[in-house]
Amino acid sequence: MSGFGIYLVFFLIIALNYGIMVLGLNLQWGYTGLFNAGVVGFYAIGAYGTAILAGPDRAALIGGFGLPFPLAILGGMILCALAAIVVGLATLKLREEYLAIATFGIAITIQLVALNFESLTGGANGLVGLPRPFIDAFESTTSYNLFFLAVVACVTGLVYVALEAAVRSPWGRLLNAVREDEVAARSLGKNIALIRLQAFVLGCTLIGLSGGIYVAFIGFVSPLDFLPILTFQIWAMLIVGGSGNNAGALLGAIVVWALWTMSGLAISRFSPVGFQNQAGAIQTMLIGLLIVSMLIFRPRGLIGERATVSSHKERGAP
Amino acid sequence: MLQALADGILTGAIIALGAIGLTLTMGILRFANFAHAELITWGAYMALAAVSLLGPLGGPIGPFSFGLPLILGTIAAMALTSVLALAIDGLVFRQLRGTSNHLTLVFASFGVSLLVRMLILLIFGGAATYYSNTLQIAIPVAPGLRLMPDQLFALGLAAVLVVALYLFLQHTRLGLSMRALAENPDLTRVNGVSTARVIRWTWIIGASLAAVAGVLYGLTVQLRPEVGFHLILPLFAAAILGGVGNIPGAVIGGMIVGLAESFAVFILPPGYKMAVPFLILLAVLYVRPTGLFAGTAGAAK
Amino acid sequence: MSDALLTVSGVVAGYRRDLPILHGISLEVHRGELVTIVGPNGAGKSTLIKAIAGLVPISEGRVELDGTDITSLATHKMGSASVAYVPQTDNVFTTLTIDENLRLGAAALPRSLAKDRIAQAYKRFPALRDHRDRKARVLSGGQRQLLAFARSLLTEPALLMLDEPSAGLSPAAVSEVFGHLTDLSKDGITILMVEQNVKAALAISDRTYVFAEGENRIDGPSGVLADDPDMKAIYFGGTKRSTHAASAG
Repeated sequence: MSGFGIYLVFFLIIALNYGIMVLGLNLQWGYTGLFNAGVVGFYAIGAYGTAILAGPDRAALIGGFGLPFPLAILGGMILCALAAIVVGLATLKLREEYLAIATFGIAITIQLVALNFESLTGGANGLVGLPRPFIDAFESTTSYNLFFLAVVACVTGLVYVALEAAVRSPWGRLLNAVREDEVAARSLGKNIALIRLQAFVLGCTLIGLSGGIYVAFIGFVSPLDFLPILTFQIWAMLIVGGSGNNAGALLGAIVVWALWTMSGLAISRFSPVGFQNQAGAIQTMLIGLLIVSMLIFRPRGLIGERATVSSHKERGAP
Repeated sequence: MLQALADGILTGAIIALGAIGLTLTMGILRFANFAHAELITWGAYMALAAVSLLGPLGGPIGPFSFGLPLILGTIAAMALTSVLALAIDGLVFRQLRGTSNHLTLVFASFGVSLLVRMLILLIFGGAATYYSNTLQIAIPVAPGLRLMPDQLFALGLAAVLVVALYLFLQHTRLGLSMRALAENPDLTRVNGVSTARVIRWTWIIGASLAAVAGVLYGLTVQLRPEVGFHLILPLFAAAILGGVGNIPGAVIGGMIVGLAESFAVFILPPGYKMAVPFLILLAVLYVRPTGLFAGTAGAAK
Repeated sequence: MSDALLTVSGVVAGYRRDLPILHGISLEVHRGELVTIVGPNGAGKSTLIKAIAGLVPISEGRVELDGTDITSLATHKMGSASVAYVPQTDNVFTTLTIDENLRLGAAALPRSLAKDRIAQAYKRFPALRDHRDRKARVLSGGQRQLLAFARSLLTEPALLMLDEPSAGLSPAAVSEVFGHLTDLSKDGITILMVEQNVKAALAISDRTYVFAEGENRIDGPSGVLADDPDMKAIYFGGTKRSTHAASAG
């Protein structure tokens, strides 16, 4: 396989795995109108949870349960759901932005735990040398990566199909009702806070799933993989693809991740020696610019929401 | 113990200055502005730029590490931070205010915070720096308590600004309009107040206080592009703890958060200090989401 | 006709352009009159005065005050155009003191004039002076209504618009508030108000408009309307919304 082909496989694994995260975020923001400012925190919980459950027993560390990966990832997802419940219960009955602030807070806190709770997370070194699932069955890294791509594509596809079914179900229409007109939804006798909590927890669980798959693929976790910029990247993917549209979410994941890697390549090739820091800043600014300009000029994204524009967006002008 | 108290009050004063602006914009513009903390970083670096230009104007004054250049630099920073805040409002927030639900504003502020932070990194680089390399000798203030003259200055200035702002809000027409707008925008308009003008002044006041907070942080700790990012959570915790829209509440909230961070080292490993505001925030949201003091823009929906 | 202070002609308005609540309202308020708008829930009474005050966008039609077009004037400029509006709920700033409420209402006036007008307001409503430094949230419903009147009169408006001043008040408070309204009207202030309390409103007002489903159906002197059969049909006949038979009249 050519160098480009090898890279393409690697690229698609990462992009599709991010796609799962964007789908989870889309359930929260696109369908239910919940702002999760701590995507990276839930991703990290999924990843560390998986790593701790799947890792080999090590004297210096807590954990090391050596569970098979599917079980370990499931465990990571459950941890994510629990964290989401703690944050959700505190905020989902309150003004919407309190969820944003609290999720931002949990992301910071998780980062601190990852860095400082060395006996659990390995601190700054992270957890290395995790067994990679089924690696022995493959002769080369290339064939293993192809296999892994197939697995990720299947999981992403399953998540997509399940979410499409969910948002078309009565429950999904309820989410939309909550987002569009809370008063009307409440008058139907529905428990709004509970519906929001369900969507939030489910979305976070999917983000955790993505974290678990990432760990299974690269075979280690390090705090450097969970920097705040990831939250911004995932948000950019969603807003570019079009929130409220699952196909758009996946498209956004691929487009934005391609833009990010290409801009990184371009900057590292063309920026003068000694200016890497500044070059990185420019690359990151592009994400910020993408988010802000999409919100202003093309709020419905490349594909956009299938339903009509939210009605409450037109009311309440100052 | 006494030292922790003093450190906590100093941190609290800086958080309070930032939280005042945040609580004002949350109360009056009705959205959680994640970019507010970046105004603090921006202010700190604008003052740094001014100091490097104005350096020849004079050396340190008295026991302090700074002189006329930093004082003028702070004023310049307040102006330049106000300009940035008004530019952000005009270019981004105002575009979205009319047409979208207020969470879109929160989302946009999230993107803006990244832009401002990276712009600072781009212009000034990522290394930690200081306004002055003058070494200060801590003076014993009380048994077991030593403070730098700069720290005392920071406390004094913060106190003066808080009192001045309070008097402004109580006794001027503009201050009255701001308080009215925070409670009921429509009724304020019905009373003949131009809300656009009040909003403009809200940005200027919030940004100026943020700039001062940034300078005081740079003066007593150090300047880094991540200063604001690390203050986002303390500012929100302080504003919500004090009741959104409530100025004295934000000051007390800031003090509580600062002291809690400072005293947390007795219980938690120092690496977790930054998680303290989050724990306070969660506790407030669970127990008393309206904050300790009633705000103007209620927490409940 | 010539002494019409407020002329509303063919106004179509609503919170959303595609969902108008008012379908072509026309009415007139003459100088010195006390005019009431009554009608069942959802008739668009409050929407009309909000639209006049600039709080609900008007998509068609025209609003004139003393011959000047104020159809799309910004809300905060209504005061200088001599229109005052008292909303039904949240019509005082509860976090401000009574004195601050009045100072806010006079904020657009020159300082010395503001001071005089506030002193006059205290003279007219002595109960307010007694509590001037207390937060408005401690006031009773009737006192809040009086504070709201006092505040909107500070600019000496040509037209005072009131949205259900009797809503949620005890019978005693209603008669106090309506007593003040009668006094204001006697002092020559033109008043346009929306009321649910039809009986009390008809008793004090000069003329009445009856709205149903976003249109004005009948109008006339209040004394005559009180016995009008169409009025009874709109109000008391069958369900509140089935008013089409009555509208033919």
